[in-house]
Amino acid sequence: MKSFTFKTVAITGVILAAIVWLLPTFFNCWPHKKINLGLDLQGGMHLVLEVQNIKAVEVELERTIQEIKKQLRKENIKHLGISRLNDNSILAKLQSGENKSGFETVLSKNFENLITQKPHTDNNIITYKLALPENETENIKKMATEQALETIRNRIDEFGVSEPDIRIQGGNRILIQLPGIKDPERAKGLIGKTAQLTFRLVDDDADVNSAINGTPPVGAEILYQNKYNSTSGTSTKIPFLIKKRVLLDGSLLTNARVEFDQFQQAQVGIEFNRKGARIFDRITGENIHKRLAIVLDNSVYSAPVIQDRIAGGKAVITGSFTLNEAKDLAIALRAGSLPAPVKIIEERTVGPTLGADSIRTGLVSMAVGGFLVILLMAVYYKKAGLIADLALTINIIIIGGGLAAFQATLTLPGIAGIILTIGMAVDANVIIFERIREELRTGKTALASVIAGYDRATLPILDANVTTIIAALVLYQYGTGPIKGFAVTLSLGIIASLFTALILSKTILVFTLKNKQSSKLSI
Amino acid sequence: MQLIKSDINIDFIGKQKIGFVLSLILILLSIGSLIIHKGPNYGIDFVGGTLIQIKFSQQVSVGKIRSGLSNIGFKDASVQNFGHDYDHEFLIRTSNLEMSSKGLSQSISEAIKASTGIAPEIRRVEMVGPQVGDDLRKKALLALFYSLLFITIYISGRFELKWMLSGVTAGSLMTAVYFLSVFNVGIAVLITAALVITLALFWVLRLKYAMGAIVALLHDVLITVGIFSILNLDFSLPIIAALLTIIGYSLNDTIIVFDRIRENIKGVKTKDTFPALFNKSINQTLSRTILTSVTTLVVLVPLYFLGGEIIHNFAFAMIIGVLIGTYSSIFVASPVVLAATKRQSGNF
Repeated sequence: MKSFTFKTVAITGVILAAIVWLLPTFFNCWPHKKINLGLDLQGGMHLVLEVQNIKAVEVELERTIQEIKKQLRKENIKHLGISRLNDNSILAKLQSGENKSGFETVLSKNFENLITQKPHTDNNIITYKLALPENETENIKKMATEQALETIRNRIDEFGVSEPDIRIQGGNRILIQLPGIKDPERAKGLIGKTAQLTFRLVDDDADVNSAINGTPPVGAEILYQNKYNSTSGTSTKIPFLIKKRVLLDGSLLTNARVEFDQFQQAQVGIEFNRKGARIFDRITGENIHKRLAIVLDNSVYSAPVIQDRIAGGKAVITGSFTLNEAKDLAIALRAGSLPAPVKIIEERTVGPTLGADSIRTGLVSMAVGGFLVILLMAVYYKKAGLIADLALTINIIIIGGGLAAFQATLTLPGIAGIILTIGMAVDANVIIFERIREELRTGKTALASVIAGYDRATLPILDANVTTIIAALVLYQYGTGPIKGFAVTLSLGIIASLFTALILSKTILVFTLKNKQSSKLSI
Repeated sequence: MQLIKSDINIDFIGKQKIGFVLSLILILLSIGSLIIHKGPNYGIDFVGGTLIQIKFSQQVSVGKIRSGLSNIGFKDASVQNFGHDYDHEFLIRTSNLEMSSKGLSQSISEAIKASTGIAPEIRRVEMVGPQVGDDLRKKALLALFYSLLFITIYISGRFELKWMLSGVTAGSLMTAVYFLSVFNVGIAVLITAALVITLALFWVLRLKYAMGAIVALLHDVLITVGIFSILNLDFSLPIIAALLTIIGYSLNDTIIVFDRIRENIKGVKTKDTFPALFNKSINQTLSRTILTSVTTLVVLVPLYFLGGEIIHNFAFAMIIGVLIGTYSSIFVASPVVLAATKRQSGNF
């Protein structure tokens, strides 16, 4: 008996390993790693966000401009306007004369990072063009994406999704996968909310309506409040003239939670940290009888008249919130604002019932296809066909075990890939069996024909499968989500079928022929 | 059991003219359809837009859904039945991407509820922004190109032992495509040009098996795409997966034939015997060529009928690909190699 050769041990090992890896998918046992189902099979949402991180650069530039102005004020240097251009550079104008050297000193002392082009003089007005260095803008953009990722991760954690997958996908894109999400619209709203909270004064010196028709006064802008009338179901937009200067923003928040007013209307109570509370105390004290607007993402939520100094650093945001809206706003404020707005550029949502349907139809077509192939092989090649059928069954077990072992994701196209490999896996056997038949016709003995058949068929089978693997690898490299799943099952299937056809079925055939001592081969 | 007799001897090479005409007609039809339809009928994956699959608990007319959609300004939305009639499922496609405050799917769901009186179940939402669509289209074309290229390197390496030559050729082509794609040259134009150059190079460098393979593959892919265009079927991401699989798989038969040609050609020097020799090789391998395709079709047909709507077109593309691939390994790949062999027979 030469049955315990290295080869048989290796074959048994591979099959046992595949079975062990596959079992946890059906029973609760070691190694506890089930086959991961893709979002298209278990239901869920796939989002790709684009962080508009150029906005973060704009914010940084605006901040720099404010800084420059502040320094110039401090040094008593007059200027004729400093503004941000569309190509994200800063344009500073000043009267030529003594201001020039002062301005340049301020620049070299406090803003040495800015790239200054040679000033341009025209009619006694010097124009400077300043810009952030390339690596600094890149850094701001990169930081904005990373911070957005962190913020979104916090929000989703608070929202409560099991096993979310959130990561940066090249440059300024963020990929979010939320399996089994119940309310995709709400999750999208929460993720996409910039949650930029600011406290700013209402400009009561100018008239709102004339500002709408003409241009708003310097340092102010028109923002709207959305009033929703629940009885008529309509919403109206009320314009406000809001000063651009931000007195306090959401970055100093320590807490935000849902509260209810006396009419059981949901509102969001916010709490500032010590620094924020001090600022809040000061601005309310300095602006009594003025209106302080609470602006969230460029919408006015309320603009109450300040009656008295408010100490303690607490405020409420009111609006006609539903309970869920208030909850989500509180989550967004607690998790922090996004450094730049985000835009959803790709969404794929699959409801749980569709996922279940897909699994069912996938399994049914796999069973039918598999049965037909098994029947075909058994009828066409008799006993050798049965060996091929055994190899096919083991092939599927190996694919399943491989999926679990590599923690790859099974998707609907992935199931199609398995079905396809069922058809392709027997191809190798067909090629070998046909070759064996050819060898038998030349008058060789059964065993000699089998060995010659395998010898001569092995290389072309390898060649044929390598080309399919090349295509599958390229597909894996370029494919997204479900398509990657197809590439994975296809590659696994090809490797498994090479193993089952070239090693397993050969060993069985040779083994039976040697032990039976019969020269007849049922093929 | 044996369907194809072992002593079968069909004069395939003698009939190669018929094959040539048939292929030419199919290719011209494909190209014609692609020109008339201005390229494949790209699904939202490649042009951007929104696709929503909804299901009702009872019968609902398409007209009512349409009127609900046009009430909220979706005049361009297309509504079609999806799956079996008793499923009451519909597919809505629109070029709109996102509504201002409420989500798009929510607005659509409410509008349809208002017009039909039944709240639909939203089963699937796919929204692809135009820039993502562009990216995906570019990636798909590059994937097709690279898989063709890598496979032909492998073929010429394995069959002609010219790894270096084909590797260098492919390497320079890849570099050229990479650099040119940086400059935003239309990727489709670029890849067509690259493929034409590849073919010319293989001809000049006398890589005959690689040339036979790549001609057959282009033939298969073009006709599959053409049939999709003629039938006006959606060209989506899974179809690209199918095309790549066809590229990988339809070569299986070709390789078996090539392998046999190489085995039979050893020692043969006279040019006159080549057609007979090629014919013999094709006939010797005919049984397995047919049978391997049959086993694959045996699983694809149930997948087409039972696999559900989402996988429907994928299975269809694969079925076409397997059929065309089998045909091309006999009537396209081998005649091309034969022509090239005749040309360079002095080198044997």
